Amino acid sequence: MTATAETSARTRGHGVRAEGVTKRYGRSLVVDDVHLDLPLGGVTALIGPNGAGKSTLLSIVGRLLGADAGRVSVAGLDVATTRGDELAKRLAVLRQDNHLDIRLTVRDLVTFGRYPHSKGRPTAEDLEHVERALAYLDLTELADRFLDQLSGGQRQRAFVAMVLCQDTDVILLDEPLNNLDLRHAVAMMGRLRDAARELGRTVVVVVHDLNVASCYADTIVAMRDGKVAACGTPAEIMRPDLLEEIYGLPVRVHELDGQLIATYYG
Amino acid sequence: MLRETAPAETRPGRRLTPRARLGIAAVLAVAVVAGFLLADTHGYASFVVPLRVRRLVALVLVGWAIAMSTVLFQTVTGNRILTPALMGFDALYVLLQTVVVFVFSASLLTGTDTRVQFLVETLLMVGFALTLFRRLFASGRYELHVLILVGMVFATLFRSIAGLLQRLIDPSEFQILQNLMFASFTTVDEDLVWLTAAVVAVVSVLVIRRLRVYDVLALGAGPATNLGVDHRRETTRVLTLVAVLVSVSTALVGPVTFFGLLVAHLAYHLAGTHRHAVVLPLAGLSAVICLVGGQFVLERLLEVTTTLSVVIELIGGLTFIALLIHRARRNLA
Ligand SMILES: Nc1ncnc2c1ncn2[C@@H]1O[C@H](COP(=O)(O)OP(=O)(O)OP(=O)(O)O)[C@@H](O)[C@H]1O
Ligand SMILES: [Mg+2]
Repeated sequence: MTATAETSARTRGHGVRAEGVTKRYGRSLVVDDVHLDLPLGGVTALIGPNGAGKSTLLSIVGRLLGADAGRVSVAGLDVATTRGDELAKRLAVLRQDNHLDIRLTVRDLVTFGRYPHSKGRPTAEDLEHVERALAYLDLTELADRFLDQLSGGQRQRAFVAMVLCQDTDVILLDEPLNNLDLRHAVAMMGRLRDAARELGRTVVVVVHDLNVASCYADTIVAMRDGKVAACGTPAEIMRPDLLEEIYGLPVRVHELDGQLIATYYG
Repeated sequence: MLRETAPAETRPGRRLTPRARLGIAAVLAVAVVAGFLLADTHGYASFVVPLRVRRLVALVLVGWAIAMSTVLFQTVTGNRILTPALMGFDALYVLLQTVVVFVFSASLLTGTDTRVQFLVETLLMVGFALTLFRRLFASGRYELHVLILVGMVFATLFRSIAGLLQRLIDPSEFQILQNLMFASFTTVDEDLVWLTAAVVAVVSVLVIRRLRVYDVLALGAGPATNLGVDHRRETTRVLTLVAVLVSVSTALVGPVTFFGLLVAHLAYHLAGTHRHAVVLPLAGLSAVICLVGGQFVLERLLEVTTTLSVVIELIGGLTFIALLIHRARRNLA
């Protein structure tokens, strides 16, 4: 982590802090003694190859999964000991695969995002949040459709809208760009960056596109084999040698229009 | 990606509101109940009606208990095919009944009140159901086909042990126990009616207070936890309530396998909303209409002695098969 990120973490408090987080399935160590310290406010991209342990780590931080060892605190609250309903007002998390067996409209789903605040009796203010989240993700016209009548990318946006509607300090999203077209992917990353810059949200996203990480993240955390292989600003991480080590693939990095862009195709 | 069964986009204004749907179901249920109580009294209403009340209450309790336990169970397990009955809850209760009779008759407690027996059996049922099923469901991750297999194995095992025990019991009691193994809506255990009514009322109040929590639970373990609902604790609570409700319905009429599935799906289909505040009462009312109405039609109108349980299990069984086929087709698509 950079010096500036560290000072800001100290002065403004932690967004996400993980100490010695470890998870194993049977004999395989899936998350191996991970330490993380993300300041409040900012976008962090979690990258790494398939099976690196990104989703597992994110689920542990988002208290969807228990760790075998280590501690996690989010927005200053220990996720293992804080009451679930209190935590839900400060921390929102979306998993990689979201499937529902029940029939819901998009608006129903997004309204669930207000549950931590409204306990199922949404006020006018809650409904305003819902409409804003719908508009934010370009879903207003689809709001009364059932989820099983949507395309994959539309459904993905509906789930992200639910989580944003929760209006929490910390937002964890596992591959939110799945199935999104170019325009909606760019729009979503822009929204997340705005939420971080303007509202001081701490956003952690798992992404596979290195260039998304490079262009939108303040911090990149690269994982490999359950460990944090590297952590730093895009300038520190977008280095050919480092990326090649993480992915086992030659990667070139170019500076284009002031952005660091990786190319890796044949 | 439209599902074949999905109704074409309908205008909200032209559809009945969920409240109206509930209202219609309530009116139908009342009509059926009135028919059951008042038809064919041949001028002896003051004599006949009170006799019919206890049976009516029993049928209503059974329908309500089966409907609620099925919907709640499907909500916490996050699927719409498995039911408590299919997971062997009813069979477990029959086994416990058998064990209790076995133990009671061996000791000097032969004359024990059936109500005491019921309470003992229900307590045992809650204990055993939690021990056996909680770990299975509290994790929130499982494969449906594995669960169906587990349920079949459990149900068969419970039934075989019950059968074995019954063979060891002396013949006069065997007759009583044999009645336990098969559902019958005509011979209701009337001693239990008021006690079970109180139990069902308490369970209903507990459920009503958490309707909104159940709405969230239906999203699954991950989303529910994210929204601040303690999935593990709620699952345990619901499994407890389900065990109590299954005890009630099984004690009154015996094990009923597919009826819960039938009324739950009627309710999902007719409710027009995911909200448990509508789905649960609608399932309960559908069950009352099916049971009381079915009994009324068979007994008074058709004057056939076919047992209602056979008809209901047949329709419910067909529903089960249709759901499995539908699901398989969707997975292939
Ligand atoms: N429930 C489980 N049981 C056993 N192993 C698991 C389980 N869940 C994950 N794993 C294993 O843990 C490792 C890390 O999985 P994880 O889902 O965290 O990877 P990931 O970095 O998110 O990968 P991807 O980019 O493919 O989403 C993988 O090797 C996976 O096979
Ligand atoms: Mg993943």
